[in-house]
Amino acid sequence: MGWFSRKKKQEQPPAVAKEDVWVVCPGCKAHVYREEWEKNLKTCDRCSFHERLTSAERVAMLLDPKSYTELNPRLTFSDPLKFVDAKGSYADKAAETSAKTGLKEAVITGIGRLSGRKIVLAVMDFRFMGGSLASGTGEKIRLAAEAALHYRYPFVMVAASGGARMHEGIVSLMQMPKTCAAIARLRDARLPYISVMTDPTTGGVSASFAMVGDVHIAEPRALIGFAGRRVIEETIKQKLPEDFQTAEYLLAHGFVDMIVPRPKLRDTLHQILAYRRT
Amino acid sequence: MNLDFETDVTEIDAQLLELRAVADPDSSTKSRIAEFEKQRDAKLKALYADLTPWQTVQVARHPERPMLRDFIAGLTTEFIELHGDRLFGDDQGIIGGFATLKNQQRFMILGHQKGKNFDDNLRCNFGMARPEGYRKAMRLMKLAEKYALPVVSFIDTPGAFPGADAEERGQAEAIARNMMDMAVLKTPIVVIITGEGGSGGAIGIGVGDVILMLQYAVYSVISPEGCASILWRDGSKAAEAANALKITAPSLKQLKVIDEIIPEPPGGAHRDYPAIMLTVGNALAKTLKNLTGISTGKLVSRRYDKFAAMGRAR
Ligand SMILES: [Zn+2]
Repeated sequence: MGWFSRKKKQEQPPAVAKEDVWVVCPGCKAHVYREEWEKNLKTCDRCSFHERLTSAERVAMLLDPKSYTELNPRLTFSDPLKFVDAKGSYADKAAETSAKTGLKEAVITGIGRLSGRKIVLAVMDFRFMGGSLASGTGEKIRLAAEAALHYRYPFVMVAASGGARMHEGIVSLMQMPKTCAAIARLRDARLPYISVMTDPTTGGVSASFAMVGDVHIAEPRALIGFAGRRVIEETIKQKLPEDFQTAEYLLAHGFVDMIVPRPKLRDTLHQILAYRRT
Repeated sequence: MNLDFETDVTEIDAQLLELRAVADPDSSTKSRIAEFEKQRDAKLKALYADLTPWQTVQVARHPERPMLRDFIAGLTTEFIELHGDRLFGDDQGIIGGFATLKNQQRFMILGHQKGKNFDDNLRCNFGMARPEGYRKAMRLMKLAEKYALPVVSFIDTPGAFPGADAEERGQAEAIARNMMDMAVLKTPIVVIITGEGGSGGAIGIGVGDVILMLQYAVYSVISPEGCASILWRDGSKAAEAANALKITAPSLKQLKVIDEIIPEPPGGAHRDYPAIMLTVGNALAKTLKNLTGISTGKLVSRRYDKFAAMGRAR
């Protein structure tokens, strides 16, 4: 280590515990105090970058402390096709992901209080195979909607997904109509269903339960869209604009109601749900 | 047009062509023609008895395969086409209207339309619908509900159109809303997968009470090529991906994603239009008849249970 770098370090806070004290914002590269970063729920108030959250972090930020009870915590993936690709079996890959993340599926669902109001909450987790929609995911979402119906609670969905999980093939595709059918039941029962789209909400998830909310809330600059950018560019032989399929683009085209920075999300949900008179 | 795995058949076809060109054929020529025809039919039957999934994909995509307008011509005595989604335009990738089967059953027909030549395909965009196509389909389904007409939805698409305009007008929303509304539509819905069942573009008009599928049609969450390029990192491994994805009618029946397989003539539907029209017509007539007289409440709750059971973790 050279003398200059040593000197440079001395100008900064304690080098030993650097990662514990500072976060480098992936958006604007600014150094932010970790304490401040966490207080802002892993967002940057300089460039409005929103870091992806784990499902547990999302539950903690939205629900009142100790109010959360998980639904179907043991419901996990299945392997209806006995799928094997070039890298090995899906069963192994999913089990490995499960062991690594401690998650059983790409969504967790439960009942809790949001600012005192009982809701059913589903939160997708991008760490579990890209938040992909498959049989376990779809079934948990359907059962969560059924719980909302049973207790007559509002249902809040926080989507984060790259789309359908190829490894469960057609069975994954069938989770799109399955979840939409469950949401239709909430509509018939006049129960609120609010969809929060976070980065990313794409493919079969954008084209199913995420896009049929009473109110659509998106996090700033979240990627939201049906087809992948590369596929579209290859199809139309054109470069797409930078803001294509961003939350802001969807707002401009009428597919989300509002873009809400994460620190305001819980209060916004609370405000909206207060309008329910059913 | 013969497919690349049909080379034996192609050779016989070439000989047949030559023999048939003979002016004033004598009796020996005639018997040779009959002999070759018998040989060809036997070859086709043997070949098609054991198609691989990837070969099935090729049959499902055959350019001469009957398209929706062929089915309309072959199955109905009347078709009143209805146009437009009342919001943006009239997509030709999904068409539909009032139709009457030869046995006088009336229904709302709709589905993807592929073209048989380049001009056709420009018009209907190779069966890849835009949001206005899905919204037109829903408009027709709501009309069917109002008139207490059953809906028959024909599926044959590589997928929903992946274009910038389609995204801008809400491809995802159009497909999602259709599935939600079809789930609770208060009239019977019969779905029939006739060619390619391409992912979200297929399921966007694919929610129903009875799901029928032609023997050599395919139905998949992603194209074998797409899956191969992602999971095998090599698009040429499509045949392997097609195997792994379980996209053929027998596999889908086993997975309880479809209810019934409609048999095709040896060599595929494209080789014998009258035969496939007869089989499909009979299957539709029977299915529609079975669905009449069920209360809409029961129909809708059974439809929910049907999809709820798909991929229910044990
Ligand atoms: Zn920043």
